[in-house]
Amino acid sequence: MSDFEPKVVAFVCNWCTYAGADLTGTSRIKYASNVKIIRFPCTGRIDFMLLLKSFANGADGIIISGCHPNDCHYTSGNFHAKRRWIMFKELMDFMGIDMKRITFSWVSAAEGARWAEVVNTTVARVRELGPYVSYKQMVNTHIEEEVTNE
Amino acid sequence: MSNVATKAKELLESKAVQVVIGYENGTNGVVRPAFITTPAKAAQLIYDERCVQNLAVYLTKHEVKHFGKMGIVATLPVMRSIMMLISEQQVFPDNIVVLGIADDGNILDFADMKIMQAHIGKSNLENPSKDQEKLAELNKMSLEERFKFWEQELSKCIKCYACRQSCPMCYCTRCFTECNQPQWLPVQSNTHGNMEWHILRAMHLAGRCISCGECGRACPVNIPCHLLTMQLADQTFNYFNVHAGISEDMKSVMSTFEPNDKESFII
Repeated sequence: MSDFEPKVVAFVCNWCTYAGADLTGTSRIKYASNVKIIRFPCTGRIDFMLLLKSFANGADGIIISGCHPNDCHYTSGNFHAKRRWIMFKELMDFMGIDMKRITFSWVSAAEGARWAEVVNTTVARVRELGPYVSYKQMVNTHIEEEVTNE
Repeated sequence: MSNVATKAKELLESKAVQVVIGYENGTNGVVRPAFITTPAKAAQLIYDERCVQNLAVYLTKHEVKHFGKMGIVATLPVMRSIMMLISEQQVFPDNIVVLGIADDGNILDFADMKIMQAHIGKSNLENPSKDQEKLAELNKMSLEERFKFWEQELSKCIKCYACRQSCPMCYCTRCFTECNQPQWLPVQSNTHGNMEWHILRAMHLAGRCISCGECGRACPVNIPCHLLTMQLADQTFNYFNVHAGISEDMKSVMSTFEPNDKESFII
């Protein structure tokens, strides 16, 4: 598995983490290039289906990040997101989907170094876990079935 | 005539309601829902241990609302569904009369919703013990075992959406499964798409499931899909100290928050 490069998708909020990631760059801090950042208006706007779709489309890890509690640009978006992620995490755990592959974090616009740290630790952890074989197998089963049926 | 039938007859005769939703004998010893509109037919109504279907699902159906004021035979899960529907403004207290049934089978007279609320408050709001045992068993398994279990179970799903149709809380007239821009779910049945559907269904019922287990009973291929929503009902109580369907003015769990909601996984 030495040549395994994890694919990590990061769903971040426009107002804090995206600006924080920008600061990481302007501060010339190097971090793992495995991450693909997707910008959202707010963490409250991130649908949990997008996480499932990421896994289905080949992601091995996911980062969700937004403003610290009480710092939301829309006052309460991240509080709503927090409740949603609590429920989502419990459901995923119950269904046997590996939550070690998903990092939830709060990163502010001033925390450039912290963003690098969040990405690096996530990538390192996912690298250790290897590709998400069990989920990919489940997704691929029906594709194989369809091919043989044709 | 059963107690339920007598009471239903009274209600229909006095024109307090235009329809009574209850149970009647079907074929081959099964019971089926009945919609009684005339006092003469009230005698068909029965209540026994076979009557487990959650009738609250009909309260939001256009065809039933069309009759006018509705009376409904309600066991505890049905009462909780009604409370939940009232709190979500899908049912209006003025438009229904609840024929409550206590655990011992006696008829409860609810003059108004506050009395029903008090009755619910005194009742056991936990998941049914049989399901709670199964939850504990699953929670003891390793992550891989649980994934295998659900992969196996959900591969059986034929996407008939009986789980959705039987649920009183799934009342959207346009479900996201019928939306195709974007197409969130594949139309055909495959294990991955099935899992996405069941995750989505459970998430939409987070903090709203009243643990009646109707989805699991409705499933034609016996997927224990009620365990997913019951697990979340359990966790809702764990995290937010709320049981669904306990009061008329209950705030929706997933669209409200407390600044100090506890969690330990966000870094």
